[in-house]
Amino acid sequence: MPDASLSLMPTPAQTIGPFYGYALPFDSGHELVHPARPGAIRFHGTVRDGVGSPVPDALIEIWQADAEGRIAQSPGSLKRDGYTFTGWGRTPVDDAGHFTFTTVNPGTAAAGKAPFIMVCVFARGLLDRLFTRAYLPEHSEALAADPLLAGLDAEHRETLIAEREPDGGLRFDIRLQGDGETVFLTYPRTPAPAGPEA
Amino acid sequence: MSTTAQPAPPQEHVSTNPDAAAASQEETTAEIGALHDAYRDGLAEGAPEETTSRLSFPPYRSSLLRAPTKSLHHTDPEEIELWSPAFGDRDVHPLEADLTIQHNGEPVGERIIVTGRVVDGDGRPVAGQLIEVWQANAAGRYVHKRDQHPAPLDPNFTGVGRAITGADGEYTFTTIKPAPYPWKNHYNAWRPAHIHFSLFGTDFTQRIITQMYFPGDPLFALDPIYQSIVDQRARDRLVAQYDHSVSEHEWATGYRWDIVLSGSNRTWSEPEEGEH
Repeated sequence: MPDASLSLMPTPAQTIGPFYGYALPFDSGHELVHPARPGAIRFHGTVRDGVGSPVPDALIEIWQADAEGRIAQSPGSLKRDGYTFTGWGRTPVDDAGHFTFTTVNPGTAAAGKAPFIMVCVFARGLLDRLFTRAYLPEHSEALAADPLLAGLDAEHRETLIAEREPDGGLRFDIRLQGDGETVFLTYPRTPAPAGPEA
Repeated sequence: MSTTAQPAPPQEHVSTNPDAAAASQEETTAEIGALHDAYRDGLAEGAPEETTSRLSFPPYRSSLLRAPTKSLHHTDPEEIELWSPAFGDRDVHPLEADLTIQHNGEPVGERIIVTGRVVDGDGRPVAGQLIEVWQANAAGRYVHKRDQHPAPLDPNFTGVGRAITGADGEYTFTTIKPAPYPWKNHYNAWRPAHIHFSLFGTDFTQRIITQMYFPGDPLFALDPIYQSIVDQRARDRLVAQYDHSVSEHEWATGYRWDIVLSGSNRTWSEPEEGEH
């Protein structure tokens, strides 16, 4: 739907295709922090399609606040020095559709807000990227008050809440289509693709 | 409007195997034509204009099992979503914008210069942000282990470049014009020549990956990925223009392609200078 608040027609998106391999992945792209750093956690999951098969040619990006809820604005997102927290990560999935990041639990950016990791999914077959949010399962009060989660029924809400694992890691599986389809997001001032029946 | 189900299950008779190449070009073109006709009829009846690719576009077989079947859920961005990662000189060396100098010799093919500006939906230049490009070589082959198209690899061309946009949102790449290549969407399917572009805005909500095409390509009408943008005016936005003022004497032909990201959701009361 065209956004009347924009004076220029945005350039349409197109699929990332399968052959981004030498262009987009970069050294330590999946390590927002070193795994040995205190507070480091694993954030991981599998990307599946409409029949539940793993998607082997997806690329995942995440963007998040640091443990104190600060939004990093330091360069070095592509050439990591191992110390600067840039808040951004990018990794291709493996042949089994699985992605892994090493990061920290995001802190709360504003009092009462539920912290989350912003997730962006690209894949062959996706004509535009998909945004979603991985909320931390703790913070039940903030989760209950969250305006996005409050607008969803229980089944859809569940797709946005990561599972805490015994080792402190976060599991966040992404279902592009079908049973348990992840809730994907669109924002104001962003053209939302129409569905086939829209 | 929230996550209401839409009747878009994959059709039983359509193969979802991307390697099946089951349909003919004629069948695929007819499917595209029917979807475009329906869009035009809808427009005439007052349906909204569509300005981006459809997520589900059945003639593009790989979208059948991957496009979400529920509408995207409208939400207001939180603070983190109103910022993008920061990039700078540390991340990208200026020479990375020249894809023809990454090896010991000259790559084969038509040397081209691609230049333009990145602005947001309000026309503000997007300065200091990362642009990444990748492409096939002059024979239509990617340097990628999964690309087994029997066209030659060029030892002097990897087809990967990066740049940081300038103060006015401008960028320039020097590269080789890529060739069309076959793919297995349907029988005898060929992609129009294109360069992939990955871009960041000032908000993460402006993140986009797209493809730049070359003017006058005879494959446009046949290509389900390009035609997944059902509106001609929106589709035209992906085609660069030949620009003789960009061409360089005895060196390279020039193309101009301006990119418009979506609108920023951030309140621009803060100074724009020196942010990143």
